[in-house]
Formats: sequence, C-alpha cells, structure tokens
Amino acid sequence: MIKGGTQVMQATPELALHRFGLGARPGERARLGDPAGWLAGQIARQRDPDGYDALPRAADIIRAAPDRGELRGDAMARRDFAAEIRDGARKAVAVRMRAAFVSDTPFHERLVWFWSNHFSINAGSKLRVAPFAFDYERSAIRPHVTGRFADMLLASARHPAMLLFLDNATSAGPNSRAGRRREQGLNENYAREVMELHTLGAGSGYTQADIVELAKILTGWTVRPKEYLDGDDAFVFAPNRHEPGAKTVLGRTYDEGEQAGIDALTALARHPATAKRLARKLAAHFTADTPDDGLAARLEGVWRDTDGDLGAVAKALVAHQAAWAPALAKARDPIQFVTAAVRAVAGERASGLDDAAQLRLLGALRLLGQVPFMAPTPQGWPDDTAAWFGPDQVVERVEWALALAGRVPVQADPAAMAADLLGSLLSAETHTAIARAPSPQEGLAMLIASPEFMRR
Amino acid sequence: MTTILTRRRLLAGAGLAGAGLALPGWSRVAFAAAPTDKRFVVVILRGALDGLSALPPVGDPAYAGLRGDLAIPAGEALPLDAMFGLHPAMPGFKAAFDRGQLAAFHAVAIPVRERSHFEAQAILETGLGQGGGRDGWLNRALAALGERDAGRTVAFSPSLPLILRGDAPATSFTPSDLPSGSEDFMARMAALYAGDAALGPALAKGLEVQAMAADASHAGAERGGDMAQGPAQRQNNLAPIAAQAGAMMARPDGPRIAVLEAYGWDTHVGQGAADGQLARRLANLDAAMSALAEALGPAWGQTVVALITEFGRTARPNGNRGTDHGTGAAAFLLGGAVKGGRVLADWPGLKDAQLFENRDLAPTTDLRSVLKTALSGHLGIDPARLERDVFPGSAAAPALDGVIRA
Repeated sequence: MIKGGTQVMQATPELALHRFGLGARPGERARLGDPAGWLAGQIARQRDPDGYDALPRAADIIRAAPDRGELRGDAMARRDFAAEIRDGARKAVAVRMRAAFVSDTPFHERLVWFWSNHFSINAGSKLRVAPFAFDYERSAIRPHVTGRFADMLLASARHPAMLLFLDNATSAGPNSRAGRRREQGLNENYAREVMELHTLGAGSGYTQADIVELAKILTGWTVRPKEYLDGDDAFVFAPNRHEPGAKTVLGRTYDEGEQAGIDALTALARHPATAKRLARKLAAHFTADTPDDGLAARLEGVWRDTDGDLGAVAKALVAHQAAWAPALAKARDPIQFVTAAVRAVAGERASGLDDAAQLRLLGALRLLGQVPFMAPTPQGWPDDTAAWFGPDQVVERVEWALALAGRVPVQADPAAMAADLLGSLLSAETHTAIARAPSPQEGLAMLIASPEFMRR
Repeated sequence: MTTILTRRRLLAGAGLAGAGLALPGWSRVAFAAAPTDKRFVVVILRGALDGLSALPPVGDPAYAGLRGDLAIPAGEALPLDAMFGLHPAMPGFKAAFDRGQLAAFHAVAIPVRERSHFEAQAILETGLGQGGGRDGWLNRALAALGERDAGRTVAFSPSLPLILRGDAPATSFTPSDLPSGSEDFMARMAALYAGDAALGPALAKGLEVQAMAADASHAGAERGGDMAQGPAQRQNNLAPIAAQAGAMMARPDGPRIAVLEAYGWDTHVGQGAADGQLARRLANLDAAMSALAEALGPAWGQTVVALITEFGRTARPNGNRGTDHGTGAAAFLLGGAVKGGRVLADWPGLKDAQLFENRDLAPTTDLRSVLKTALSGHLGIDPARLERDVFPGSAAAPALDGVIRA
C-alpha cells in the first residue's frame, strides 16, 4: 500500500538519518550514498559503545553492595550508599547519551532504545533498582535487538533490574518452604505486566487466573544473594521459594521447576498475539502513530515466519516502501530531540563534550520530561505525537533550542546548515524563516525548533 | 535566574499581531470571559491508593484482624464518625472535614473490574465503561461547558494526561528554569508554526500559561517550597506545584480547572501503618491540599477538589507487608464549595464472605456518581449532557444530591 497517491516513496539519506537514525551530522547526508544499505548494514550485533566496559555488570554491583546488616541502623551509611547510587546513575546516563551523540550505527541504537523502552524499568522507582538500570539495557536488551525476541524476554525476566522493579525477586509460592514459613507471599506484579505489556497485550484473552498461575510458575526467580555469587550470573532459581505442583497458563500445563518458567515465557513470546501487537508497535514507532496496515501486516508476517527474529523484522521494516513516506509523521521524543540537536551542532566534536556540557544536557532532558531509565510506569515512555507536543513542552523545546544556540559558536550560515542537515525534508517556508533570522544564533535556534527538526 | 514573560511583555507581544505577525491566541488571555467562575481540581492518585489505610473503617469489627500489621490503630485514626477515621498523617483533611469542607467516599470503583494500573487508569481518565477511549472525561466536560480557552484548563504535568486529551482546548504546565525568548523571537517561532496544526496551537497555549504562571511562581515558592525542583522531586513532592496551581487559579484571569498528578501509591512492599512509606505519601498529599487551599484564598469557597485513584488495594496484606491491586477504593471531594463533614459509603463489610472475590473491598458506589456530583452540582453541567457526552452509559450511577453547596 502506498499512501499519498503519486508521491514516490524513496529511500533518501535524509529519511535514513532522521527517521531511522539519531539525526544528521554536518556533511553526513551528502556522503551517504546507499541509505537502505547503510541501515541494513547496522542490523547485526554491534560492539558495545565506548565507555560501556568501564561500568559495572550486575554481579559486580551485587558484590560491591554493602551488607544489609551494615546499613541497618546506620543512617549515615544508608545516606552515603544512596548518594553513591545516584551519582553512579548520573554517570551511566551520561555514558549512554554520549554513545548516542557519537554513534556511527544510529539505527542500531534506535532499536536498542525501542526495545529498552518496551521492557521498561524505572531506576527512580526503588533504590535497589537504580544501580542495575544501565547494565539491564546493556546486558539484557542490547545483545538481542537483532536476535530472537524470546531471548530478550528471558534475559529481561532474569535480570536483577526487572526482578526487583516488578517484585518477582520477592515473590514466593504460598506452599513453598518460604511461603509456609510466611516469610514472603505471592506477588503477581511481574506476571501481570509480562502478559499485558511485554507480550500478549490487554484484551487478548488471558484471565486473572492465568496471571496468578504464571506468577506461581515464576516463584523462585530472584536475584542471587551476595554470599552465593561465584561467577557472573546475578540470577538464581531458589527452590525454597518455588510453588510446588503443576500450573496451567492459557490452557497449557507446566510442571514445577525452573524450566517451566522458561517454557511459559517462551510460549508467550511465540504467541500470535505477541507478534501482531509488537509488529504494529515497532511500525508505529518508526513511521506514524497509526502505521500503514500493509507495513504492520508485513512485519507481523516476518515475525511469525522467523519465530520472532528481530533482525529479520528490522530488515523488513527498512525494506518496506511505506516506511519511506516523505511526510514526517512522528514527534521526536525529548531524548531523540536533544540527541539530534547535539549531533547537528557538534557533529564529530560531540565526543569532546566536557562534563559541564553533559550535565547541562542531562538537565535539559529532565526539563523536557524524559530522562533515560526513568519512564514513570512499566508501560515505558509514550510514543505518540500528542504526548510530546503539549503546549508547555513545545515552549520548553523552543527555549532550549535558543539556549543551546546561544552556547555554540555558529560557524556556518544556519540556512545552509538546515539545507545540509534536512535536504528534501526542509520546507521553503522554514528555509526562508531561518535565512531571515536577525542573528545566526536565532537562525540556528529556529532550525533546531523547526517543525521539520522536531519530527522525524 | 528565572525570567518568564511578564504580563506586560505578553500584551506588548499581542500587539505584534497587528504588525502582521501571527500570534494565535495571545490576545485572548486578556479578554476571554470564562464560562464558569467555579474552580475544579482533579487530583489523580496514580498507582492505587490504599483506601483501607487512608480512610480506615476502624469501627468495622473485622478491620484490625484482617489488616494485621497494616491496620491503622483505632486510637490513632483521626475520628470522622462511628465507622470511619482518617489516616493520622492527614490533619489537614481532618480540619476540612470538621469545617464541613470534605466529603469522603468509600467502597468506590470504576465501572469495570480491572486490576491493571494502566487499563484501570485509562478507564479512570476516559470515564468509559471499557478501555480504548482516546479522549478524557474532563475534556468532554469542558466541551459541555463550552470552554474554548486553553489557558483556562491546565494540567500541572510535563504532558497532557489522558483525562484532558480531546477536542476541547487545555494545556500542560511545568515550571521551567530556561530563559524565555524575546517576544520578537517567539513571534517568529509562532509564524514558523503558523501552518502546523500541532505545534502552532501548542506554542500559543504554552505562552499564555507561562505568562500567567509568572506572577504565581513567587506565591508558589513562598507557600509550597522550591519551584526549581526537578521532575522526579516534583513527582514526590506535590506541595509546591499545588501552591502554584492555587495561586494561578486565584487570579481573575487564571485557570478554572486543573489536574494534578500524585505518584507513589503502589505500595506492594513495606506499606507501613500509622507510620512508614504510605504515611509519608499521605502527609505530603495533606500538605499539598493545604497549600492549594491557602493559595486559592477566598476562591477556595468556590472550589471543589476531587481526589481519585484507579482502584483500591487487597483487603489483606500480601507476603511483603504491602498490598496488591484490589477493587473498592476511597475517593474525596474537598473544598469550600463542598457540603461535607460526612463519609458517604454503602459499606459492604470486611468479613471474608463480604469481600469481592474473597480478596478486595467490595465496590458499592460507581466512581462516576462522585464525579457527576461535582460536574453537575458544582460546574452546573446539564445532567442530560453529562449522561450523553461526558459519561455515556452511566445512567445507573446518578449524581448525588446535597453534597455541593447551593
């Protein structure tokens, strides 16, 4: 299906850079010869970005944490520990943003962001979650964004960040040894969200009973305590918390034990409702709030044919004509907006941003309403235009664009810069308005805040 | 450090429209006549407030046993009547009750039995009998009121919540610490957005509200604390934003309808009783409502605040000294226009057999009754319009008489 009648859907460098990437850097558009090929080439496992290796992994975080006994009754130690966590979280966000500013595989990065938001955790929800947030995305999401969806779901389910965020870590079967001693009870939170948000979707036919049964299957899935850590595995299946006996989810019966959880989650990952819902969600994210039906159906078909091979689905996305509609239908969310602005004004120099600049950019994200790893609900950040183009948000974006333009030395003519960055996406009206700006700074601000640059 | 468009500059800006620069909406601020002078505030308590702790039925013989460690001791609850008390962290609510300015409701629920936050909040905000709605009931109420000025309806949130999404104009507002652009620059931006159906109206609305907030921000800082707090702090500390909302709404040309959002009610783990996690959240809410009332000043007499949550929590504690997603909840109508001093509840009881699905407080009152009470009794929306447009299919949940002062 081609919308727009006679309009030709062409894979242009500007659409590749803006719609599928993180925004164009100066000169980049003109250099990009084969936009579809450039995107397809990013659909493979990528080396972790610079700076990632220096940040601790889940097992290191558990190992380094003070003993609970040490913290209990020592308010000072608790306060220091909390400050340390907040400081670490800030550094991790800076490392993640810097990776986006300088990325040469921005489409891959966007896939990471999409799936990370799909399996959303909130570092601000509980102090125990915060230290794991960065490693969660790096270790549970990033390796799988061009791999199998089922593997990503399992990695997410077993990572301390998710185990703690949605309380599975503290869930125990009522008839388990821990449950009978009434130390802890069943917690349905994760089981509910995994069906509603991560896989099938609300209204797809599962019941409250299915949720309770899945929660029982997943009892015992928890964070490995410090004293039992021997390698890098931060997950442990604790039999003493596991609900004994068989359980039935969506009509299928599972034995007790750890494998039942793997099997049940895999069944949810492979369910047709999951394919349909997530294919459409991915299409909507990259193209339009209401995506082209043909595109959504194509992605769903590929998902089902390949058993949830996310690389194949991503390839089908960029190969589909409807994904290249010239109209810019999606709002850049604040993280994408700030990233695109930094890439536009700093280009290759973005790697040299100093700490003060990084801190200011983090402040901008806070003001614009979107800090990485801090989505307010397990649903993740909203993805529709209405959610990001509220009156207050638009004013703040305009003010921020002006503040940013005031801080950077404007070397180029902003109208020429707009043409370089946006190419055929730049309207004549915007080009003229930028050219008529009373100062280069205001011209640059108008470029950053232009309708074209606010969208992708 | 904070420079916000002042009212004078704003009006100067409006003059630019005559100079050929499109500034849609700017001049409306000064001249719009509000369809209502009543004030209405909706506070959405996201995450499911535990009504059995906020409005504890200490007179129910099953309460203490059922709730165990989480029960509010009868001696510590602030007494309302023979059955109900308020959580001890809510002295402001208690004072309002004693002045006849608080009507409390119990065993209230949305029309659908739904234990997912997201689905239930969608129903809470769309006001529909099922999920999937795209606009909010408060937006449809604005349409019924004939409200055409976005500056009259403000969500104090980074973005417009579902309850206010829809065809009628409304805006979101959060304090910014960025310097504003000059009026010339903003006029150029308005012209650049003139052909843009989303960004054009959004910029115009945003600038209107920003101008109004300029005066109110000082009042907010004095009454509620630091306005420069980040969003995370804003989420956890409602008082400054409530104070600013009140100060803006107190103005003759200020907003009449506001939405505030309060987070942190999803107490699955370590909920606490008279003290603890939930007590701290309630104390903050109590302080925020006091700050709102103080900032509104004389306008408090024309105000109704509806405090609502998506569902209640399980009647029994869970295995983590917390509570899980339940059904029957508490709701409040607060304000000088409320004829309160009463707890309105068709109390279902807390014996095992009386619980909904043997786990939750049974719902006996449709939340839409509470909301319709405010919309018809206070804002004067015609009951037939309420029935047809705002809460379609709610005939079985009528507005309650005698809860709003005539």
